Amino acid sequence: MREENIKRSIVNFLKFQRIQEIGILMILIFLCIFLSIATTTFLTSINIFNILRAFSWIAISAFGISMVIITGGIDLSVGSVMALSGLVTAMMLKTNLGVFLSILGGLLIGAFVGFINGLLVSKTNLPPFVATLGTMSIARGFCYGLTGGWPVRELPSGFMLWGQYDIPFLGVGIPLPVIIMIILAIVTSMFLNRTAWGYKIYAVGGNEQAASLSGINTGRVKLEAYTFCGLLTAIGGLLMTARLGVAAPTAASGYELDIIAAAVIGGTSLSGGEGTILGVLIGAAIMQVLRTGMVLLGFPAYWQPAAIGAIIILAIIFDQYRKKRIGLLR
Amino acid sequence: MKPILRVEGISKSFPGVQALDRVDFEAYLGEVMALVGENGAGKSTLVKILSGAYKKDAGRIYLEDKVIELENPYHAQKLGISTIYQEFNLTPNQTVASNIFCNREPKKGGILGSLGFIDKEKMEDEAKKLLEIIRANVSPTELVRNLSVAERQMVEIAKALSFEAKIIIMDEPTSALGPDEVEKLFEIISHLKSRGIAVIFISHRLEEVFRIADRITVLRDGKLVGYLTRGEASPEKVINLMVNRPLAEMYKKEESKKGSVIFEVKNLSKKNTVEDINFKLYKGEILGIAGLVGSGRTEVARLIFGADKKDSGEIYIDGEKVEINSPQDAVQLKVGLVPEDRQNQGLILKLAVRENIGITILEKLKNFLAVDKNKLTEIAQHFVERLNIRTPSLFQKVIYLSGGNQQKVVLAKWLALNPKVLILDEPTRGIDVGAKAEVHAIMSQLALSGVGIIMISSEMPEIIAMSDRILVMNEGKIVAEIDRKEATQEKIMAYASGHLN
Repeated sequence: MREENIKRSIVNFLKFQRIQEIGILMILIFLCIFLSIATTTFLTSINIFNILRAFSWIAISAFGISMVIITGGIDLSVGSVMALSGLVTAMMLKTNLGVFLSILGGLLIGAFVGFINGLLVSKTNLPPFVATLGTMSIARGFCYGLTGGWPVRELPSGFMLWGQYDIPFLGVGIPLPVIIMIILAIVTSMFLNRTAWGYKIYAVGGNEQAASLSGINTGRVKLEAYTFCGLLTAIGGLLMTARLGVAAPTAASGYELDIIAAAVIGGTSLSGGEGTILGVLIGAAIMQVLRTGMVLLGFPAYWQPAAIGAIIILAIIFDQYRKKRIGLLR
Repeated sequence: MKPILRVEGISKSFPGVQALDRVDFEAYLGEVMALVGENGAGKSTLVKILSGAYKKDAGRIYLEDKVIELENPYHAQKLGISTIYQEFNLTPNQTVASNIFCNREPKKGGILGSLGFIDKEKMEDEAKKLLEIIRANVSPTELVRNLSVAERQMVEIAKALSFEAKIIIMDEPTSALGPDEVEKLFEIISHLKSRGIAVIFISHRLEEVFRIADRITVLRDGKLVGYLTRGEASPEKVINLMVNRPLAEMYKKEESKKGSVIFEVKNLSKKNTVEDINFKLYKGEILGIAGLVGSGRTEVARLIFGADKKDSGEIYIDGEKVEINSPQDAVQLKVGLVPEDRQNQGLILKLAVRENIGITILEKLKNFLAVDKNKLTEIAQHFVERLNIRTPSLFQKVIYLSGGNQQKVVLAKWLALNPKVLILDEPTRGIDVGAKAEVHAIMSQLALSGVGIIMISSEMPEIIAMSDRILVMNEGKIVAEIDRKEATQEKIMAYASGHLN
């Protein structure tokens, strides 16, 4: 009897191990435990929520980009789109169009850039890297052109609360962006796993030829994925702008790499067909915990990027090794 | 006369297949040795062993009476054995001369040469000389991407000469050439012969073989079944050797009742691919399409299914004209295609069995926004049982299934659609004997239930045993329609190889 129980618990443990996200979750937990012991400030609710708030924008955009990456594509324009959507909303607020319309405008501009990306990729057959490299620059150019290079300041409080308000819950204040991130994680995850639309995304990325020969309109699937990525990125951009209280044309520069890194650390395969929203969420969390941890540990600021880069590479090597060992990878 | 190249008892096996079984083979200087056999007879495997691309399991290779072990293709080339494959090994964005001397470029004298600087003029001069030997009208400074297929082939031959090849192997060299270009190639081959080079010529087209071969070696199912000199060979004899094998009991074909015309193709054409294809498919019928690789069979299937764009042609389903411009249109009209390459075209290997089966019916499984997963599981379970798909669970990724079970998943995905017409391209290629028999039984059942089936196959016994009617294609055209009762392997082969028209 006892032996059987042990056997069963081993089997259960192995099953648990097979879950895609376990490897990176282990890394995240390890980082958190290490920082809790090494610093006195890590394990405080203020710090935890600061971390969560800080990566919520990245994570939300990473949900979008993971869909694009699952189709076998890439979107380099996300950083620029975050800035552009925040700017458009800020400028609309400044012309007194009201919070609702301004937010709608920002979201639509994000979705529009995504739609253009999708059109370029599916209709002109440009490689996604090239197409979105172009739109990255175009969107950034609009940021500078529309503002003459000056940031838009003094945004109304009705807009800023989206980035700054904390919802009281069991005695602590949970930042609104974090709640939005969690809701979007659930919605996107359901979309990918429950809907025909999500199935098709995995199918197109897994094998575009076979998907097409099974009657799937692969061009349309890609168009939708890029558009949705643009929309999610715009949500991230608006939350960022609301939090910072200023829309700068230089905002979110270089974020595309953080966003892609979050998706890839989260187990999204750059060759397409694989990836989960839970993984992306964990990936984004690892990135931010690393950043905050460095600061808390007093690691020299100028050396932080190098350390973060090295840790990302090590984390992915570890995850790949684990998957190979248990046969998830070939 | 002594052979320059002699091969004794060569064997080679791949998982589940004995590709070559103790084959003997030889080639003589100044002669053309033809190697013939059906698809899967082992010709390509033998060629790849002789060119150093594959390692043999057993047997000996003698070159001028010395035993040699071929390490890799480059080693074989240096020993004087050059192979020209159907797919050329040329870099399109470099010049003809650079391609001929790839990695062996003549260097400049002195210190520049030892630094790796190439003597371009010398290289181009030598390339020109080689091209003149075979009277190829190709400039050494031309970029390869600007050359026609025939010209590229000449570059490959010049490259072989630059290695001072004693033996040149040509794998299906005429398959991509027009009639004039074939003539030119034959001139080059006679020229190579007169220079004392041994040519090994692999072709499906028997008329060509009989025109230029001095000796013919016939392979069947990985075994040597015939060795003839030109004097003793006749087309009938060679065809007989190629296809004569006992019918296995794996072709269970039920007698089907021919119903009304369910599907009809009129005047289907695509430039340089297929020409004026017309046929009718009846309810409950299995229509076989036979022909050699490259005869346009797969192209017809892809055009009908909307995977490629046709130049002209009309398609009728149940007597009504329909437009199929994309695979989506075909799926809407309940036409399915089991493609020849199941791993790259039929399956999404990273996804599970259940997801692969459900892919054609996602829209039907929609329950408001979400896919009804219970229904999907139910349908997948049903087909896993019905087709006897051996998988540990519905959630197993198809990449881990065997070839036969993978093929059954492809079938299941189309059966889930409840098709009217099902096109199967090489439905049993590369799967084991048991699964093959099961696939045949499924096809037979489907026909019995009223589905119209079009089956493309290169396997003669399969075509003959499973088809109610057989269309034979040659060079993009349907050249014969043969009824089940009158079908023989010899007859089909004769039409398919262009010998009987």
